[in-house]
This record gives sequence, structure tokens and C-alpha cells, in this order.
Amino acid sequence: MNPSTAILVALVLPMLGALLISLTGSRPNLRESVTLATGGILFLVVASIVPSVLDGGRPEVEVLEVMPGLALAFKVEPLGMLFSLVASGLWIVTSLYAIGYMRGHHEKNQTRFYVFFAVAISAALGVAFARNMFTLFIFYEMLTLSTYPLVTHHRSEDAKRSGRIYMGILMSTSIGLLLLGMIWTWHLTGTLEFTPGGILEGKASSTIIGVLLALYAFGTGKAALMPFHRWLPAAMVAPTPVSALLHAVAVVKAGVFTVMKVVVYLFGTDLLSSTGLSIWLMYVAGATILIGSLVALTKDNLKARLAYSTISQLSYIVLGAALANDWGVIGGSMHIAMHAVGKITLFFCAGAIMVASHKTEISDMAGIGRTMPVTMVAFFIGAVSVIGLPPMGGSWSKWYLALGAADAHQNILVAVLMISSLLNIAYLMPIVARAFFIAPNEPPEHEGIHEAPVLCVVALCLTAAGCVGLFFYAGDLYRLLMPIVQP
Amino acid sequence: MTEHLPILQIIVPLISAPVCVLLRRKMLTWAFSLMVSLAVLCMAAMLLQQVLESGPISYALGNWSAPWGIEYRVDVVNAFVLLLVSIIGAVVLLYAPSSVAKEIPHDRHYLFYTAYLLCLTGLLGITITGDAFNVFVFLEISALSSYMLISLGEDRRALTAAYQYLVMGTIGATFILIGIGLMYMMTGTLNMADLSSRLPSMHGSRTILVAFAFLIVGMSLKLALFPLHMWLPNAYCYAPSVVTAFLASTATKVSIYVFLRFVFTIFGVDFAFENLSLSTFLLPLSLIGIFVASTVAIFQTDIKRLLAYSSIAQIGYIMLGVGLVSATSLTGSIVHLFNHAMMKGGLFLAVGCIMLRIGSVDLADWQGLGRRMPVTMAAFVLCGLSLIGVPMTVGFVSKWYLILAALEQGLWPVALLVLMSSLLAVIYIWRVVETAYFQAPADGAAKVKEAPFLMQVSMWILTGATLFFGVSTSLTVGVAQRAAEWLLGGSQ
Repeated sequence: MNPSTAILVALVLPMLGALLISLTGSRPNLRESVTLATGGILFLVVASIVPSVLDGGRPEVEVLEVMPGLALAFKVEPLGMLFSLVASGLWIVTSLYAIGYMRGHHEKNQTRFYVFFAVAISAALGVAFARNMFTLFIFYEMLTLSTYPLVTHHRSEDAKRSGRIYMGILMSTSIGLLLLGMIWTWHLTGTLEFTPGGILEGKASSTIIGVLLALYAFGTGKAALMPFHRWLPAAMVAPTPVSALLHAVAVVKAGVFTVMKVVVYLFGTDLLSSTGLSIWLMYVAGATILIGSLVALTKDNLKARLAYSTISQLSYIVLGAALANDWGVIGGSMHIAMHAVGKITLFFCAGAIMVASHKTEISDMAGIGRTMPVTMVAFFIGAVSVIGLPPMGGSWSKWYLALGAADAHQNILVAVLMISSLLNIAYLMPIVARAFFIAPNEPPEHEGIHEAPVLCVVALCLTAAGCVGLFFYAGDLYRLLMPIVQP
Repeated sequence: MTEHLPILQIIVPLISAPVCVLLRRKMLTWAFSLMVSLAVLCMAAMLLQQVLESGPISYALGNWSAPWGIEYRVDVVNAFVLLLVSIIGAVVLLYAPSSVAKEIPHDRHYLFYTAYLLCLTGLLGITITGDAFNVFVFLEISALSSYMLISLGEDRRALTAAYQYLVMGTIGATFILIGIGLMYMMTGTLNMADLSSRLPSMHGSRTILVAFAFLIVGMSLKLALFPLHMWLPNAYCYAPSVVTAFLASTATKVSIYVFLRFVFTIFGVDFAFENLSLSTFLLPLSLIGIFVASTVAIFQTDIKRLLAYSSIAQIGYIMLGVGLVSATSLTGSIVHLFNHAMMKGGLFLAVGCIMLRIGSVDLADWQGLGRRMPVTMAAFVLCGLSLIGVPMTVGFVSKWYLILAALEQGLWPVALLVLMSSLLAVIYIWRVVETAYFQAPADGAAKVKEAPFLMQVSMWILTGATLFFGVSTSLTVGVAQRAAEWLLGGSQ
């Protein structure tokens, strides 16, 4: 398939899938087959664009001009390629997992769930492929709206309250700050196209550029930079597959992806590194990394702990962008993939524990490794990857980020990264230790091994294997991403 | 034939109105007035096309040439407003029969259609005429018929609402008449083009200043600029749903057009904005209006009233664009004139569908509506998103231009305030969404069907327009840009 057509197909396919899912809603098996088939084909379509991008091609397609000079248009460059591969690849695994989870947990309104899930994936791909900030913003908002019904899936009071926080923060930051930054950029430069080297150089005083950077960084609420991070723990009220794919991969990564994209293609790394205008952002990110980890330590609810861990890890990527040098950008971009695979494994495990043993609090999970050994081994692998130790993929991205911080002579931030890894150990490893080495508080309901539904276990094994695999194939990622910093 | 389009645009609905009284039969009058409104729509579309292709059209009534006779003058600004009014006129009529049957006593249906056509005539007349006194005449035709339309509401409070509107509307119209009279006294002409060429020589005159003041206050009353909006919430709230949808999308819009015409064409930008710095009072009033009305909307439990306050806020946006006086800001205003008509029309039509089925517009009775009437609620949510200004809807396009205009003039606090006010819209729309989707229907709530087919069709036409013109803006923004340039420079 022609890469330009593939872009459009990749965007339309999940929509078509959503339509088919809603039509086959009365027949669950058929409906789930549609989800899986759509996911499979989608991944192949996205993958078919890779060779062209690796060869230095930048396939693009313009759909229509919405306002004069502002087109709804798509163009695939390495960063977007990476994000789209991660989102579409993990969608298949999450679909497998969701089938096991939703059925095992007897969730209601499953059709609506799968429909909005597919729409959300389409929106995430739109963010990944956007050729300009305008298109990105459209899909960014679509992602917020399409995930709202997923976050509030249970329709309870609790869900309603969390939904308010979710919509409130994401909408107010994107409309109040991001949109303002975008229109301001348009006013200053007359373009919103993502251009290698940036478009803002020489167009505005350094004060205005600093203000714009703040509008973009905080306006991208999905990046969960403190103090706009509250929506992420609130969103944990959603069913676990949603937390896994959306709040470890698609939604949050759309946020940090936006920050990275804006820094590299709107501001330009040279502009930021030569003027030092992004140093404050490094420290905000650094603070978010540490505070997020510290708060995670205090959480007993497993999903809440993972949520704060996500907040902390997202700021690694923002930090990479703020460093605005080659290593920082490479490390940050790589972390999009590495953290996605690691964190989704952890969320899968949390959901599996919930389905199989109905436990949500870490203090209740003593000895759970004896009844759910596969799940807890996968949890261990995911945890090691998130901490950033070899032989897991997460080690590479942290390596490059630390290099980037050293390169920028920000020794404090190098220290922050190291301390954060220690904190990661402190909040993830006790869970594993407790599961394997402490006897259960009360005799387990089930004798012997009692794992979650088989589809859940398969899914979390796949992503755990992915953590290991990424360690060995990081070189390929590096080759894919290199052109971002050295065109 | 085509050279008589300007007069046919008015005379067809005007003559058809009494015919409705003769026809009397319910369905017959409906079918007849629907055909008339479709014909009006075709004529408006043809007029706009003519103007876009070959420039302004001047039509002398009865061959009495201007400035002695009455001149109808169609340029890109009013051709656009004509199209807007006639689109809404036709779509709402298509929607009308079931809703009218529910909300208006059966023996008065023919009166409804008669008044409706008269109101349409009045609104079109105000828009098309090039004669200042003629504006007043049509203003009264549309106002009197709309008092009647509002008082047809089944709630007895509709009568007080109509009365309140009558008092305020008459004050407004009288002020406008005084203003026109003073201008006539000084210049001896009523033709707009003639006025605009004679006025500059007497800009220092105190009489002209007084005329200007009377006109501004009168028009601000008619278009419901904060704080002269008091008549609007009750009128919208107690009128039959159809009437609300029609008036909300057209009446205030046409008044805004009159404002643009008098201020920009007759008095001119220099006089109004440089000599008298009209902006210093327009900008704060619009901004305060946006915030006050949006905040009040948040606390409403009656959905029609909620939307009415939201309308006042949206009028604030339009007048904000007028107050910023640049090509970009006027583009934003004019495009929002059109866009707001589409989305608010869509919202009120959705409310009408719900009113038809559950008989209430009280938020508390809307519990669980997301499941009981999913199609209608979907339309409501989509139009509501447009009110917030979510991308891919028309609301986003208007906001884009308004904010861009504020930034161009370095007024970033204004830009920030506009954005913040969108968040208030999030709150009042989301209150409805939460009630409709999160609360289970009250016990004993009867199962309801969706509204009849024709109502659905018209509701989705406007909802579809809300989405379509959010993606493809070449028609709306393209015309609005030309209209803005015309108002700012090309009017002489």
C-alpha cells in the first residue's frame, strides 16, 4: 500500500471498526472478533509505513483546508512513527486482555466500551500523524472526549466525580493554555506546520518564547506535569484495560508526544538550548519526577501507586524535551516506547489480580505470588523495566536521558534521575517481595494456582516479553529516531 | 425575473401570510408556508450568489429611484444574513407540525403560521432594505408578530413574557425611530447610502451625536446586549419551542446586522470608533455580558432558560468582535452570527423534541435521557460541544478568529478572558450531560420514543451544519471575510 494511503486507512480503520462493533453488539464473540481483526489489520497498516520512514521518506497527505492556511493534514516522521507503532501494537494486546478482563469481571455495557476504545485509538493515531499543530489539537481534543465515556464507564457517583476532574483539567488546560499558545504562534509566524529546526526562531522576543513554552508545556494537560496531574489518578476509576492502554500509553503518551513534538518542531532544540529558556521546565519536570515517586510510595491502592508512578515517568520525557539536546530528545522519545511497554505490563497485572482475587490494596497482596506466579513474574519484569535496569528496555532510555542531562551540564538533574530510580525500586519491589516471600494474611480462597482468565495472562506475558525484547532491539529504535536530531 | 429577486424575497412571504388565514386547515397552512419558506430560501441563495459574482445589487421600489424612492440594497453583508434567516426559517418550519400540535391550541395553528411568515417577512425586510425608515417599519412587523408568537405558548407566563418583550421592544424601536428622525432632520434623507455621504460633513453636530446615542441604545436593546438583555430569558423560556428556536437563531442576529449597518455603513468607522470611541463601552460590556450570562446559565434548572442565558453570552462574543474593529475580528463576529444560529437552533430543536416526548424542560426530568432518547441527546451534546468551542465544530472557528483578533491588537487579556469564558460553557453543558447520562431515570418514568421523523431531520440538519461548517469553512469564513472588508472599507 502506498504510505500516504496507509495514513488515511490507519485513521479510518478504527472508526470503521467502531461502527462494526456497535452493529455486532448483540453477539459478543463476533464483536470481539471485529475488535481483534481491526487491531491486527491496523497494526499491519501502520507497520507498512515504517520502511518508507526508515528510508528517510516523510509520507504525507492533506485532507482539506479548514481555514485559510490551516489544513487538516498528516505527515509521518520518526517520532510519530514510533508513537503510532506503540499505540496500535499495544491496542491488539490490550484488546486480548480486555476480552478476558471485561468478561471475567462481568462488566456492563461492553459494546460501548469497545466502540469508544476504537475511537480513542483513531484519535491517538491522528495525534501521532499530525502534520501541524492545528491537526494535532483537533485529535488531542477528540482523544479527551472519546475517553471520557471510558473513564466514567461505571456511571457511579465516583465515576462522575472523577469524570469531572478528568474533563475539567484536560479541557481547561487545552482550551485555556494550549489553544492560546497555538493561536499566538499562528499570529507570530503565520504557520503551525511542524518544521525541522522549528518555526519560532527570530519571530519573537525571548520573553514571549518563554511564555509560549509555558503555555504549551502546561497546556498539554495530558503530559500530567505538576500541578496539572490530578486527572491521572482520578482516571483510575476506569476499568483496568482503559487505565492500561489509555493512561499508560495512548492518552498520556499523546501528551508527552505533543510536548516533544512542539519542542523539536515548533521551537527547535537549538533555539531552546542556546537561550536556556527551557531550564525552568527541566526543573519543573525534575520536581514532578521526584514528587510523583514520593507520592507513589504512600499509596496502598495498587492502581493509584501505578498512576503516580506514571506521572513521575512522564516527566522523564518532558525532561528529555526540555534538555533540548540530542541525547535528551533521543532518550525522551525512546522512553515513550519503553515506559509504555513496562507500565502496561504493570497495569495488566494489577487488573489480573483484581479479576482473579478481587484485591486492590497492596497490603492485602501478601503471598499472592504463590497463587498467581505467572502474573507476579511478569510484574517483576515490568517493574525492573520501569526502574530502568538491564536487561529490560527501560534501561536504555534512562541511560540516554542521563547522558543528555550531563551533556547540558545539569548535574542536579542527573542526580534527580538516579534518586528517582532508587525511589522506583522502593515503591515497586516491595510489592514483588511481599507477593513471593510473605505468607498470606488469611488462607487463600482457592487452593493451588489460580490465575486470571487465560487471555489476560497471555496479554501480560506478551508485554513482559516485550520489555526484554526492547532491550535487545533498542538499536533499531535508535536508528529510527536518529533523524529527528540529525536530519 | 432575477432582477426582481430583491422585492420578491419580501413580497412572497408578506402576501402568503394572509393566505394562511384563508386556508385555515392545519396541515394545509403548514404545507403552504413550508413551500413559501423554501422559495424564500432559494431566492436568498440566488441573491447571495449574484452578489458574490457581480457585486452589490440596488433595486428601486416602484421604479422611484433613490434617494427619493425606497431602495433595496443587497451587498455581501446582508445577502449572508438573508441566507441565514431563510435557512433557519425553512428548517424550523419543516420541524414545526408535531411540536406545534403539542404546544399550541389547535384552533390557533393557522395564526401561528401567519405570524411566523409575517415575522420572517419582517426579519428579511430589515435585512434587505437600504432605507433607514424602512428598517423601522420592518422592525415593527417582525416585533409585533414575534410578540404574538411568544404569547401562543401554553404556559400562562408566556403572556407576561410577551408583554415584557413588547414593552422593551417598543422602547428599543422608539429609540431607533427617534434616532432616524433626528438624522432625517439634519440631512433630509432616509436612504442609507445618501445618509452615509451626507453625515461626515456634520459630524460635529450635537443633533447627530444625540441621534447616534439613541440608535446605539435602541439597537443594543433589540440585540440584547448586556445589561439590556432582561427581556430575553423570559421570552425564550416561555415561548413555544418552535418559536424559541426560530427567534433565538434569527431575531437577535438581524438586530446585530442592523447595528453593523448603522455603525459601519451609515456613520462610518472613523466617526463611531475614533471620534466617539465606541469600543471603550462595547468591549467591557461584551466581556462582562459573556461572564455574567455564562455564570447565570450555570445555575439554571430550566434548560430553555439556560440556553437563553448562553445566547446572551454568545451575543457578547459577537459584539466583542465588533468592538475590536479589525478585519479579523469582524470576520469572527459575522461568522459567529451564522455559527451561533446553527448551533443554538440545533440545541433548541433538540429541546423541542424532548419537550414533545417528556413534556418538560426541567433539568431534573432529564435524568437518564441519554438512554431514553439517545439520538436527540447525541444532537444536543454535539451542538453543546460547539458552544464550548471544541475543534471540528463551528464554535471553534468563531473563537479562533476572535482570539486571533485580540492577539493581533496585543490585547492578550481579552484573549485569555474569551478562553476562560469557554470553560464556563463546559460547566453548563456538562451539567446537562451528567444528568442525562449518569442519573438513572426516575422511577415510573414512562418509556419514550424518539421524536417524529421530520423533527429529527430538521434537528440533524442544523447539527450537521454545526459540524460541517466547522470542518469546511470556505463558505462561511470566505463570505464573512468579504463582508468584514466591505464593512470596513468598501462601503462608500
